[in-house]
Amino acid sequence: MVNEQQVLTVKNLQIAYEDHPIINDLSFTVKKRDILVFLGPNGAGKTTLLRALQNLLPYQGTVSWNAQKISYLPPQEFLQRQNLPPLNIEEFYAFKTSDSNVIKSMIADVGLDESLLSHQFSELSTGQFQRILIGWALLDSPDVLILDEPTSGIDLGGEETIYSLLHKFWQKQNLTILLVTHDLNIVWEYATQVICLNQQQVCMGTPDEVLTPEQLKKLYGTGIKFYKHQHR
Amino acid sequence: MNTQILLALILSGTIGAIAGYLGSLMLSKRMALMGGALGHLTLPGVALALLYDFDVSVGATLFLAFGVLLIWLLEQKTRLHLEALTAVVFSTSLATAFLFLPKEEIDIALLGDVSQITSTTVLVTVIISIALFFTVKKIYSSMVLASISSDLAQTSGVNLKLNNALYLICIAVTVALGVRIVGGLMTAALLAIPACTAKNISKNLSQYTIISTIAGGLACMLGVIAYAISDVPAGPLIIIASALLFLISVFKRQKS
Repeated sequence: MVNEQQVLTVKNLQIAYEDHPIINDLSFTVKKRDILVFLGPNGAGKTTLLRALQNLLPYQGTVSWNAQKISYLPPQEFLQRQNLPPLNIEEFYAFKTSDSNVIKSMIADVGLDESLLSHQFSELSTGQFQRILIGWALLDSPDVLILDEPTSGIDLGGEETIYSLLHKFWQKQNLTILLVTHDLNIVWEYATQVICLNQQQVCMGTPDEVLTPEQLKKLYGTGIKFYKHQHR
Repeated sequence: MNTQILLALILSGTIGAIAGYLGSLMLSKRMALMGGALGHLTLPGVALALLYDFDVSVGATLFLAFGVLLIWLLEQKTRLHLEALTAVVFSTSLATAFLFLPKEEIDIALLGDVSQITSTTVLVTVIISIALFFTVKKIYSSMVLASISSDLAQTSGVNLKLNNALYLICIAVTVALGVRIVGGLMTAALLAIPACTAKNISKNLSQYTIISTIAGGLACMLGVIAYAISDVPAGPLIIIASALLFLISVFKRQKS
């Protein structure tokens, strides 16, 4: 029976690339309004998992969505900003909506100036580009937003801006977020659930339960320490 | 004006315009040289058409269809990239063409010929070009989105395989049409140069597609006019006209 509160149910998921296992027997559920963070070292299968969840890769097992609209922002290495046709931001947004008021309102919502609408991708900073993409992803009011390292290549200030922005949208809209990040501060500050992944599920729980020296050692194999401040 | 030249102008202008429009997507997909490879694929068909006196575009289309199918089959059976397989197939087809291409017809096969165009050919070409335009217009924005990220496009509901197949078919048909005016060796230029010209001077996607289409059509018409004056084969003149437009765009870009 489908639980109305569950947005995603994954059962016994297995993903392999040419007989080489990437994800082994992974099961979890995601509730509405969760901010679920996938944490794990490089090569743990996080990007592969996000892609498989959206049928971009073949898998075995069950992936069952209970959502009308899912938006996905791939990692930077899956995005091309150079050698494109001279597409400006307004035209890019117009792929989703022809309403120029909606476009102008979104560019303001992501904290950018309207003048950027006439710019091309190659003229934007990495932070601006990422905010443009977040705006694009949210343009058709999705239920679920999936992001893969949305702040890679962005400085600390810019990173904080992006996550505050995402948090603002999460509060404003009825949004569920699935996120891959390496930043433990972000996990601590924003996540409601965390799945530690290293080809299989190493741990799952709230940030309080997961960000412990024992769990982090189990996940990364070294003595990573995380200092929790109580003013979250 | 001589009727033959008028027909050549309409035919070349139409083919140039549609090649310019389709080529604007090819550049973004970094497939600029694919048109050349496909042009080479047409040569055995062109050779047969010249040998048995039937329409060169028909011969070109048949061999293009065979070549594209062969590349697709090899891609399924091997792990080689599309570009690598295209290189294997196009050089083989070029060699095959020279086995039975009549020596006196080599110029026509390699450089094109606009001297014997009928009004039926023009009419059929215009109709096919209109069909090509509307087919590609329908998938244009999806293809641009896919050039930013195939994942982004697929998760936005774009059927990437279908779009790519449609686009490749449209390119193949355009090449088959283009072979008539510029021959089998220069079709890449017909597709790539107008897009490069447009990219130099466009501020947005709408301008880019319009300028690429106009630059393609204009270059072909200028080439035919030069041919009417000089009697040098139109194919090279068309490509030189296109290259000149490109140079103008480079100067215009530097100025701005």
